[in-house]
Order: sequence, then structure tokens, then C-alpha cells
Amino acid sequence: MLYTNLKHIETAADHAKMIAENENVMVICGRMGPMCIPVYGIAEELDESGEYSHVQFCDMEFDNPESKVIRNLPEVRGFMGIPFTIYYKNGKVVKATSSIQNRAQVIAILDKEFKA
Amino acid sequence: METDNHYDAIVIGAGPAGLSAGIYLSRARLKTLILNEGAVGGQTVLTHEIANYPGVENISGYQLANIMKKQAQSFGCVIKSNLKIETIVLEGDVKKVMLDDGRNFTSETIILSPGGRSRTLGVPGEGKFKGRGISYCATCDGDFFTDKEIVVVGGGNSALEEAVSLTNYASKVTVVHQFDNFQAFEHAIEEAAHHPKISFIMESTIAEFKGDENIESVDIVNLKTNEITPFKTDGVFIFIGYVPNTEFVKDKVELNQWGEIVVKPDMSTNVKGVYAAGDCIAKRFRQVTTAVSDGTIAALAASGYLHDKRTN
Repeated sequence: MLYTNLKHIETAADHAKMIAENENVMVICGRMGPMCIPVYGIAEELDESGEYSHVQFCDMEFDNPESKVIRNLPEVRGFMGIPFTIYYKNGKVVKATSSIQNRAQVIAILDKEFKA
Repeated sequence: METDNHYDAIVIGAGPAGLSAGIYLSRARLKTLILNEGAVGGQTVLTHEIANYPGVENISGYQLANIMKKQAQSFGCVIKSNLKIETIVLEGDVKKVMLDDGRNFTSETIILSPGGRSRTLGVPGEGKFKGRGISYCATCDGDFFTDKEIVVVGGGNSALEEAVSLTNYASKVTVVHQFDNFQAFEHAIEEAAHHPKISFIMESTIAEFKGDENIESVDIVNLKTNEITPFKTDGVFIFIGYVPNTEFVKDKVELNQWGEIVVKPDMSTNVKGVYAAGDCIAKRFRQVTTAVSDGTIAALAASGYLHDKRTN
């Protein structure tokens, strides 16, 4: 399990439930490494701020076999850097990014794809 | 001055130096604000395991930084993260920090501890292929390059150690380095030099990253002849050191030729009431322990400055 303050998705079933029951979901699939931790940090801050209460901020451990639900997405084909960050709207992938992102990049996607 | 946005002390940066300063200042009952552009913890959170922090046998950088954050908050320190500083005014009795979202904060003293970041090459294609062939972390992304041919850029300890580590995945590693000799320790040079999967291109650097969806080749420029040679590769790992995050105080506080803040032994800068600590200052050793020490000294000196200012 990743030791972040985000909601942890442990299984493919949890993942399916999360994106089925919530309109806007951001899942960061990574490890506790230098490219991933800053992205978790940004998501934690945005979650804590309450400004994106319409978004569920989650993580999923990259090396967990159950993460194949993310690793096998067509949208991550060609990705060669973790974390894989996936944005789901009504259960469908609307955006996916590879490797570290800064706050402005994350906010731009949230504001574009998940307008409150 | 008594407003919600006025503090006794503002600390810029929430790495170990800034958080230590925050702990000491707020515990001294000074109204303290930490403003942080990135994730709390700075470079520390990027360390998988810290085994040499006295008093703690083994801990991840992320966990250690979170403990420091909670400690600072427990004494009343306010921490605001993931923001962008637009302007900073260091001269005068009242220091001012303006954020790009329009928020303004003032204080009587300021401690600069913005840390540093990985240096990038800054050549065409670097942004486009980040995460699609360009990486700055072998531990994170090495396994994406299993049985592939890759390039490592750099000639310091990180570059050579990571080049060796990447041979666990890659079929071939080519180290590209700008000088004719390495800056790494001798043992790291020897290990890389004798590794059958590693070869070297010296006095050269990358001029451009090329490819369609993912990296397919790089243009390598020979720095002596300026000759450019296309070089096929599946990925590039860049380890060319760190730069201090001091651009926002350029021309406002004394910096050395590398952009590091020049401080006296009490961490004071050349500007009255302004202190600096951590990886951003001119010093030889950069460890969590030295950052904590710098932050502590800066906080104690800043507290003394405030005391003198208010009693004289």
C-alpha cells in the first residue's frame, strides 16, 4: 500500500466501483518514488483544500498485480514514466498523463475535464 | 502591524530546513507562516529510505517530512503549499510576499529555504518526451527499458551509479558526458568503466530529442568540433545535478556564481532581517541533517533579530 493520505484503491473491483459510483475520479498509479510523490502531494493538497470536492483523489500501487486495470489501458500505451495518472469522467478515461506533473498542469486538467 | 496576513516570520520552502525553522519559530510563540511552492518535504520526500538521520533507525523521506510537518503545525505554524510566488520584497522593516493568485503576506523577518531541483538539459523535445522516453529517475522507470538501448546523460556520482543500476534492465547503456573526465568518485567511475554493457561518449551533449510518440533518437553534439551525430535510442536518463531555486530572489539578496545564497555562520544574508537555510545556500554538504541544522540556526537567529528589534 502507498502511504499517502489519498484514498487507496487495492483491487480491480475497488477500482471499478470507484469509477462507477463517482462522476469525477483521478487515480495516480505509482510507487513511493521521486516522480510520483510530488503528484500525490499535489492531489492531497487539492483534496484538503476542498476546492475540488466534486473529485475523488485516489492512488493505486503500480506494482500491485491488480493495477493491470490501469497499466493495460489503451490510453497509457507508450507511457514510459510513472506515475500514470488517469482522469475518469462517468467511468470513462478523459485524460492520462505520464511521469511527474506540476500543480498548474494538474489543475488545468481538473478544470477542463471536471468542471464543477 | 496586526492583520490576518501579517506574520512575525515567513519561511519560504517546506523542506527539512524550512520545517525545522517553522518548528523552532512557532514553538517560540512567533506567528509563523511557511509558503511552499512544491510538495512538503522538498528533496527529502524523494529519498526512498533514510538510514543516517540520528535517532531514527530507518524511515522513508516521505514519512520523515510528514512528521516534521505535523510537528510544526502542532506548535501553530501555518503551512501553505503548492503555490507560486510572484514577487518578494526583502528590503525594509516589513517583508512582503505576493502570490500569483493575488494573496499577499507580510512579516518582520524572512527565512529563505526554497531548496533545489534536478537540472534539465533545456533542449528541444525534452518536455515532449518526458515520461515517453525521458526520465530523471532510474529506480522509478528503469523497468520500462528492459532489453532496450538507452542513454544516460551526466558524469557525476548519480549518473554513473544509475548507469550501472540501469544495466539490470537495459541491454546497452551509453553515457554521454560534457567533459573529458568524470566528477564522480573513483569507485563509481571504475565500476561503470569496467561494465560490459556501458560505453561512453565524452565531451558531448544532447542537442535535441527526436521521435514520434516516443523517443527514437537523439542528436549528440561534440562540444569540441560542434559536429552533430544522430544516435538511435529507446530512452534517455538525465542526471546532471541540481540547481538552487533562487531565481525569485536574484538581485534581492547576494548570490554566488552558482545562484546559491551567501550566508554568514548565523545564516543571515546581506539583507537585514533576511536569513537563508538548506540546499539553497552556498555550502559543501547537502544532507537532511545539515538542512535541519541550518533551519534551526536561521530560526534562532531570526528570533534574536525580532527580540532585539522589539526591545531596542
